[in-house]
Amino acid sequence: MSNMITIGISDMKVVKGSEQLVTYALGSCVGICLYDPLRKVGGLGHIMLPKFPVGNPKENKYRFADTCITEMLREMERLGACRAQLTAKIAGGAKMFEVSGDSAFGNIGQRNVMAVRAMLAYAKIPIKAQDTGLNYGRTLYFTTDDGVMTIKSFANGVKVY
Amino acid sequence: MLSIDELNEIHLDVLREIGNIGAGNAATSLSQMLNAEVNMSVPKVRILDISDAATALGGPENPVIGILTKISGEIDGLMMFIVGQSFAGAVLESLLGEKQVSYAALTEMQLSAISEIGNIMISAYLGSISTLSQMSIKSSVPAIAVDMVGALLSVPAIEMRTVSDKIIFIQEDFLSSADDITSNMMLIPSMESLDRLMQKLGIQL
Repeated sequence: MSNMITIGISDMKVVKGSEQLVTYALGSCVGICLYDPLRKVGGLGHIMLPKFPVGNPKENKYRFADTCITEMLREMERLGACRAQLTAKIAGGAKMFEVSGDSAFGNIGQRNVMAVRAMLAYAKIPIKAQDTGLNYGRTLYFTTDDGVMTIKSFANGVKVY
Repeated sequence: MLSIDELNEIHLDVLREIGNIGAGNAATSLSQMLNAEVNMSVPKVRILDISDAATALGGPENPVIGILTKISGEIDGLMMFIVGQSFAGAVLESLLGEKQVSYAALTEMQLSAISEIGNIMISAYLGSISTLSQMSIKSSVPAIAVDMVGALLSVPAIEMRTVSDKIIFIQEDFLSSADDITSNMMLIPSMESLDRLMQKLGIQL
C-alpha cells in the first residue's frame, strides 16, 4: 500500500487499486466514500454544505453534497467503475456546539447528511454504513483495497465499518 | 462589497490594532482571574484558510477547547476562542484549585469555568471593537466543545456561509509567571459587518 492520500475540506479524490484515503476532523461536514469492489475504484469527498448555490458557477463543486457526488461519480466511471456496483459509506454531520436559545444553530450537519442521502438515493447508490450526527468530530480513513471505512474520534474511540 | 480575500495591508493593520487593544483588555481580565501578572506578545493577525488555521493550532486532529459566541447588533457574526491544555490547566488550577485534569472527560464545573474565561476573553475583544468603532455589539451565551480543532474550526466557516473558507485569526501568547499560554481568537464577521466596521473606522474600502 502506498502513502496515505489526504482529502482536504471541500475536496474530493478518486483512486484505482489499493490505496488509503483519509480526511481529518469532520465536524458538521460529511465525508462520503464510494466504492466499486470489483474494479477496486474508490472515492472520498469532504463536503461542507448541502447544495450548490444558484447563480455562482465559479464555486468549488466539491464543497457541496450534490455537485461533489456528481463529480465523484463521473471521475470514478472514468477510472472504470461501474455505477451499478457502487456502494456508499458516510460519516460526519455532527452538531459541534449547542448554542443556548438558538436550537437551529448547528443544524447544518443534519442538513448535510440529509442532502448526501438524498443525492445517493437519486443516483441509486445504496448506503452500506453510516456514522453520522451526534456532537463530536470524526477522522475518516477509507481503504480501497477492501472498502473499509474507519472512524476515529477524540473521545469516542475507533469504529470500523 | 468587501470580500475577506480582498483585505489589504491597511485593513489588516486595523484588525491587528483591534487585536492589540482587545488583547490588552483580555490580559487585564486574565490577570485578575488568574491572580497573577500576565504579559502578552504582540498579536499576530492573519487571514487564514480553515485548514491553515488548523495547522497553526497543532494539526486538524489536535484536541482543543473551543468557546463560541454569536455576535449581533451593528456587527454580526461569530467569535470563537480556542485554547489548548496548558491554558485550560492554568485556568482550572487558579479558579478551582484543580491540578489533575482529565482533558477528555472534563466535568460540568470545569467546562463552566473554562467557558466563563472564554466569555471574558471574547468580551474583552468585542469591547475593544465596540469602543474603537462606536458600534454596539451584543454577544450570546457561550457554547463550549472539546474536540479536534479541525472539526471546531469548520463550524464558523459553515455557519457564516463565507464564500471562501477563510477566517480572521488573532493569535497571541500570554506569559504569566507560571506558564506560557497561547490564546487564539477567531473573528468571523459577516461581510456586511466587516464593511460597516471599516467604514466606521474611516478606512477606504
